[in-house]
Amino acid sequence: MKILVGYKRVVDYNVRIQVKPDGTGVVTDGVKLSANPFDDIALEEALRLREKGVAEEVIVVGIGPADLTAHLRNGLAMGANRAIHVQTADAVSPLTAARTFLKLIEKEQPGLVILGKQAIDDDANQTGQMLAALWDRPQATFASKVEIADGKATVTREVDAGLETIEADLPAVITTDLRLNEPRFIKLPDIMKAKAKPIDVIELGSLGIDAADHIKTTHYAAPAKRTKGVMVKDAAELVAALKQKGLL
Amino acid sequence: MSKILVIAEHLDGKLNGATARAVSAAVATKPESIDVIVLSDAPDAVAAEAAKIDGVSKVLTVARAENAHTLAAILAPQIAKAAVGYSHVFAPSTTFGKDLAPRVAALLGVSQVSDVMSVEGAHSFKRPIYAGNAIVTVEVDAASTVVATIRTASWPAAASNGSAPVEALTVDATLPSHTRFVNLQQGKSDRPDLQGASKVVSGGRGVGSKENFEIIYKFADKIGAGVGASRAAVDAGYCPNEMQVGQTGKIIAPELYMAIGISGAIQHLTGIKDAGTIVAINKDGEAPIFEIADIGLVGDLFKILPELEAAIG
Ligand SMILES: Cc1cc2nc3c(=O)[nH]c(=O)nc-3n(C[C@H](O)[C@H](O)[C@H](O)COP(=O)(O)OP(=O)(O)OC[C@H]3O[C@@H](n4cnc5c(N)ncnc54)[C@H](O)[C@@H]3O)c2cc1C
Ligand SMILES: Nc1ncnc2c1ncn2[C@@H]1O[C@H](COP(=O)(O)O)[C@@H](O)[C@H]1O
Repeated sequence: MKILVGYKRVVDYNVRIQVKPDGTGVVTDGVKLSANPFDDIALEEALRLREKGVAEEVIVVGIGPADLTAHLRNGLAMGANRAIHVQTADAVSPLTAARTFLKLIEKEQPGLVILGKQAIDDDANQTGQMLAALWDRPQATFASKVEIADGKATVTREVDAGLETIEADLPAVITTDLRLNEPRFIKLPDIMKAKAKPIDVIELGSLGIDAADHIKTTHYAAPAKRTKGVMVKDAAELVAALKQKGLL
Repeated sequence: MSKILVIAEHLDGKLNGATARAVSAAVATKPESIDVIVLSDAPDAVAAEAAKIDGVSKVLTVARAENAHTLAAILAPQIAKAAVGYSHVFAPSTTFGKDLAPRVAALLGVSQVSDVMSVEGAHSFKRPIYAGNAIVTVEVDAASTVVATIRTASWPAAASNGSAPVEALTVDATLPSHTRFVNLQQGKSDRPDLQGASKVVSGGRGVGSKENFEIIYKFADKIGAGVGASRAAVDAGYCPNEMQVGQTGKIIAPELYMAIGISGAIQHLTGIKDAGTIVAINKDGEAPIFEIADIGLVGDLFKILPELEAAIG
């Protein structure tokens, strides 16, 4: 079985994002970029399934600009067999990303697609669900445990009420939550080896999908700031302050 | 004029409070009508609750055995069919809505507006990106259906003084059998629900162990608060995942939030930005949580919590 993994490049989660003063976007020049943390987890899970013999091939997919190559090489260094780079200069919406994945699925026929539950730049949390809908296949979102056997996935999902377990026939789409696994670190020799691994480059425009985006972002603003309050010196002062606010 | 369909969230025959928050966002859109749809194997009790929400025009029920569990693959095709004639489909931005709404959107051939914080117009909304470090205004093309999830912490629950009619709806949708519910392990707790509680006490890695977490529960019970946790506390196994507050946990807006032994990482702060009063107790006076806390107290939580209990009396 092949596993297709979403491997998006985003602003590193440690960066404190600044909004441009003119409200046209956020400052990304010179900012550290990394793999979306949920996608590292997706890749790790795929690699573990390959190590268990459940899958033979792990393919990382990145949809983005021409300079995505170095990022995809990281995925290869982590252990993916090959990469697909769907090239586009434009930001892609979750719907376009889902339509793109569907095209790749038609070609690659994977048994499993693992995406992150959300990209930490747009925080959309949509692509996996949309892909599953368009593909007409099961979705198991927010996964914290995955078992594959007998042509089906048994997935534990982190939901508001607790932990839900569902069973999904393969092929299926799984989206990862943070507790699914702890991604491995990339080792230096693997970075060398990754140089020999193939990256297919496909133009988004050549896939024949409708990439129109009917949602436009018109303005960016900094969030309302919470200001530093007061410090109290002991428990008695804290209780007094809370009582004064009517909170106790 | 807009016609809005709000997807009701429910569990064990009870309507989830997030639904009334989604209705508030629908009201802010100033539509011609707001209908709530309840998909269930036995929708009547939930529908009766939904019918009371102020602003609701009517409640539609889709009763089918397959709807006994909230599987997106089963519910989405029915909602997509029911959505014909509506200009907007809203769902709460809970794990239920986040799982389901994008599947509905894709079936309708549209992108989704996730986590609506404010309504600027029938097709214009504000939502957070980058863990809430930027707020964007988005405009949805007027010709396409608006599918949106509503950031529950940004909206008060609409009151329950109404009496909307309830109508049974038959939707002709073939449902897949490729996805099956196995079980739901629910944390049983008599404490106030984290997402609806007016007071929340959260513990972080500083609490140190599962056994030590008792001190957090005990204090929370003393003041009638719900209990939350940082991701580090959940990851370390001090408490179950459903207690996590933050970017990848629950986004909450209690009147009082007490962060105890929590450093204040941006991913945690994302979950509490809308809290009324934030109190931080941390032994490190330099902890970033103090930058945003309304009231800070530097010290050892194991010493301070018993003192607080004593001082409250
Ligand atoms: C993509 C992503 C998503 C994330 N989502 C979330 C999320 O939803 N929620 C979340 O919380 N985190 C999230 N995180 C993790 C986040 O970055 C932090 O690692 C986490 O919030 C830290 O938890 P903490 O404050 O409990 O632990 P720490 O940062 O280790 O802080 C522990 C604090 O306890 C204090 N302390 C220790 N002992 C005592 C004592 N005896 N008395 C008083 N104080 C004491 C210390 O001074 C310290 O400040 C996410 C991270 C990533 C990458
Ligand atoms: N441009 C992209 N390139 C690769 N994967 C993507 C891209 N956009 C979305 N994805 C995948 O979809 C997941 C969810 O993204 P989103 O719906 O934007 O929050 C991500 O974690 C990725 O796995």
